[in-house]
Amino acid sequence: MSTDVTLTLDGRAVTVPAGTTLLQAARQAGLEVPTICYHAHCTANGLCRMCVVEVEGARLLQPACIVAAGEGMKVQTRSPRVERSRRTLVELLNSAVDLSEAPEVQAQLTEYGADRERFPEAERRAPPVIDDNPMFVRDYAKCILCWRCVQVCADDAQYTFALSFDGRGYETQIGTFFDKPMPETTCVFCGQCVGVCPTNALKPKREWLLQQGQTPDEIMALTRSERRRRRR
Amino acid sequence: MQPSDLQTITHKEQTQRQKHRARLLCCGSTACLSSGAAETRDTLARTVKLHQLGHEVQVMTTGCLGLCSRGPLVKLQEPGQPEVTYAGVTADVARRIVEEQLIPDLGPSPEAADAGPHDLPHLRASVHKARAARSLHGHVLPAEHPFFARQLKVVLALNGQIDPERLEDYIAHGGYGALARALTTMTPDGVVEAITLSGLRGRGGAGFPTGVKWKSVRGAPGNRKYVIANGDEGDPGAYMDRTMMEDLPHQVLEGMALAAYAVGAQSGYVYVRGEYPLAVKRLEKSIRAAYRQGLLGRQIFGTDFSFDVDIRIGAGAFVCGEETALMASVEGRRGMPRMRPPYPAQSGLWGRPTLINNVETFANIAPILNRGPEWYAGIGTEKSKGTKIFALAGKLTNTGLIEVPMGLTLREIVFDIGGGIPNGRRFKAVQTGGPSGGCIPAEHLDVPVDYDSLRALGAIMGSGGMIIMDEDSSMPDVARFFMEFCADESCGKCVPCRVGTTQMHRLLQKIVAGQGGPADLAKLERLGDLVRRSSLCALGQSAPNPVLSTLKYFRHEYDALVASGAAAKEPA
Ligand SMILES: Cc1cc2nc3c(=O)[nH]c(=O)nc-3n(C[C@H](O)[C@H](O)[C@H](O)COP(=O)(O)O)c2cc1C
Ligand code: SF4
Ligand code: FES
Repeated sequence: MSTDVTLTLDGRAVTVPAGTTLLQAARQAGLEVPTICYHAHCTANGLCRMCVVEVEGARLLQPACIVAAGEGMKVQTRSPRVERSRRTLVELLNSAVDLSEAPEVQAQLTEYGADRERFPEAERRAPPVIDDNPMFVRDYAKCILCWRCVQVCADDAQYTFALSFDGRGYETQIGTFFDKPMPETTCVFCGQCVGVCPTNALKPKREWLLQQGQTPDEIMALTRSERRRRRR
Repeated sequence: MQPSDLQTITHKEQTQRQKHRARLLCCGSTACLSSGAAETRDTLARTVKLHQLGHEVQVMTTGCLGLCSRGPLVKLQEPGQPEVTYAGVTADVARRIVEEQLIPDLGPSPEAADAGPHDLPHLRASVHKARAARSLHGHVLPAEHPFFARQLKVVLALNGQIDPERLEDYIAHGGYGALARALTTMTPDGVVEAITLSGLRGRGGAGFPTGVKWKSVRGAPGNRKYVIANGDEGDPGAYMDRTMMEDLPHQVLEGMALAAYAVGAQSGYVYVRGEYPLAVKRLEKSIRAAYRQGLLGRQIFGTDFSFDVDIRIGAGAFVCGEETALMASVEGRRGMPRMRPPYPAQSGLWGRPTLINNVETFANIAPILNRGPEWYAGIGTEKSKGTKIFALAGKLTNTGLIEVPMGLTLREIVFDIGGGIPNGRRFKAVQTGGPSGGCIPAEHLDVPVDYDSLRALGAIMGSGGMIIMDEDSSMPDVARFFMEFCADESCGKCVPCRVGTTQMHRLLQKIVAGQGGPADLAKLERLGDLVRRSSLCALGQSAPNPVLSTLKYFRHEYDALVASGAAAKEPA
């Protein structure tokens, strides 16, 4: 039952199978729509709103990563309103989160000519690094809440459900049930969450220790003593 | 139960009632309880007993009588006489109402009363003196009091007439009659048709036509469907839905059952905000009673229609009133909205077609079917039919709960019903729609209150909260308050709302503190536009409304603040 729909993207007629998202349709047509939270292997949730486009007749800007192409839709992916919104969105993210180790977002800050000082009143969130297991650290000061880690941990990949949400509003943060340390959760240390994190908020322990100035030998020594401690 | 059993119960109740020559109805709603209504009721009952009037005077609890700021309220009904409502009924006043109004024959004169302190003649003698000395005059609210006279009670018609906790009392006033008739004489499509004809629109805020929503749930494929009553009511100062659930729980349940029949659902949930313990208690009690009488559960009125209802209690997050977040919460997940479509009508609770309406919307259903959709459509304006309940709060003489026909002007509500602004202050603005709404200035007081007129002014009808502000209120500060509320209540899911509302709040703080400049004001407007257009759900999409509407009507107040801010920054 696959029917096709034809829509107009930036003035160009494009035909795609029904159910195709605007993002996929745009990419198929060779148009670049920027994304931050979207990941090809995760359920799209429309969180970052970077991919918003203008659909004729719609009051609101539409997230291209979720909204399906409709017959006769007229879409602007680069209108001035869209560009301005994207710029403000990265500026907002930059005001709230430490993006120093998020290369993709950095590139977008540059591309959109973002003013990094646009919101001088902002206070970035600065929760302490959580170092509660031998495999990876969680530095939520760098987290943009793209939800990828939560989703690969849940029904997008691993079905482990070790990660959830804490707090709300500006203080929303990824966490574990009752803030338990990672080893006490259902976590199986598959590493998928670290793999999909776009900002280095989740980081392999070794990489982090190296950044902290430890030498590879010191790190090896740490793991040896850790193993010895375990055996006892 | 069979439909004819309703008459049997009604008859029994009426016979019972005729045994009394007077009824004292004491408000038992949260507002009056907080001003001491429990003690008032006890005193009424004790005094009646003391004077051995128990067989002729009935004391009972009833729902909110409206003028909550003057509570506890007590109503006296005597056959053949106009009702009298008493305000500010403390225990002492309660005793006097019984002693001065309800003791028919004063008996022997004071001089004859020497048989001991506790026998009847003695008591009556002391009453004699009391009656001569005092009067209840100051406590009587006359029936022609504009607060009452301008109202039209359709949804709240039974409030102040029946005991919220007694199913039989509701039945004796026609309760569950609409359900009996619908199940035995109407098709589900017929019910949908009637609601469509009535012109009813959702009372939860957005004013979506209820008949259209029912029709799409009815038409959605699937044999398992749900009905949800949204009683999350998060707007600061609003308590229409609390009153519905506390005072007329059966009317809400009957509306839900009718909706379930119409759309083809088998189960329903009432989602009640956790801060409403009395509503939860009364709903629980009512659901149990309805099951016991066969008004819920299997094969209602001997038909094939079965309907189960359960309660879900929220944890006080404002966003859980948003329908998709609410459903996530009912499913046991974190209450966060998701993109629509798919709408709940297609894919709702556990992926099934789900009808979600506000509790006040459900409370309208039985009255519509009882008196006919044409009658209902005759009330209100062209596009907003029926009546609406509002909670009046703020700088107003009479604050409380009112029900008025759609299309009354704001002026009539504020000055006639509300009694105007106290202390000789001037009216400045009325805020409708809570954190998603806007502020309407004095020059628009003559606008009729309906969905479309309020929206045209940049405010919304919302769920029915109305906050009145006088000349002493600073509008930028009001905007700051609501922005703080939205920033706190944002679920944190999408960037424009999570970060944008926080930044808007920061900017407003700076401006209100007199430290902002014109550039901050421009930034605030730009940001408001972004948050409004790119947020995921209606919380973010409407969060800028209080700011944008105050900027529209009270720009001079912002300008004055940023002018002083700019001056402060000027090097001396
Ligand atoms: C942030 C937010 C909060 C809401 N809170 C409520 C609420 O407390 N009660 C309610 O009935 N509707 C609330 N709504 C509206 C619901 O999403 C939904 O539209 C409504 O329950 C539908 O019922 P109706 O058609 O009878 O109006 C809220 C919406 C949003 C976006
Ligand atoms: S607009 Fe606000 S409340 Fe709605 S999804 Fe986004 S963050 Fe959550
Ligand atoms: S990529 Fe679409 S919202 Fe983030």
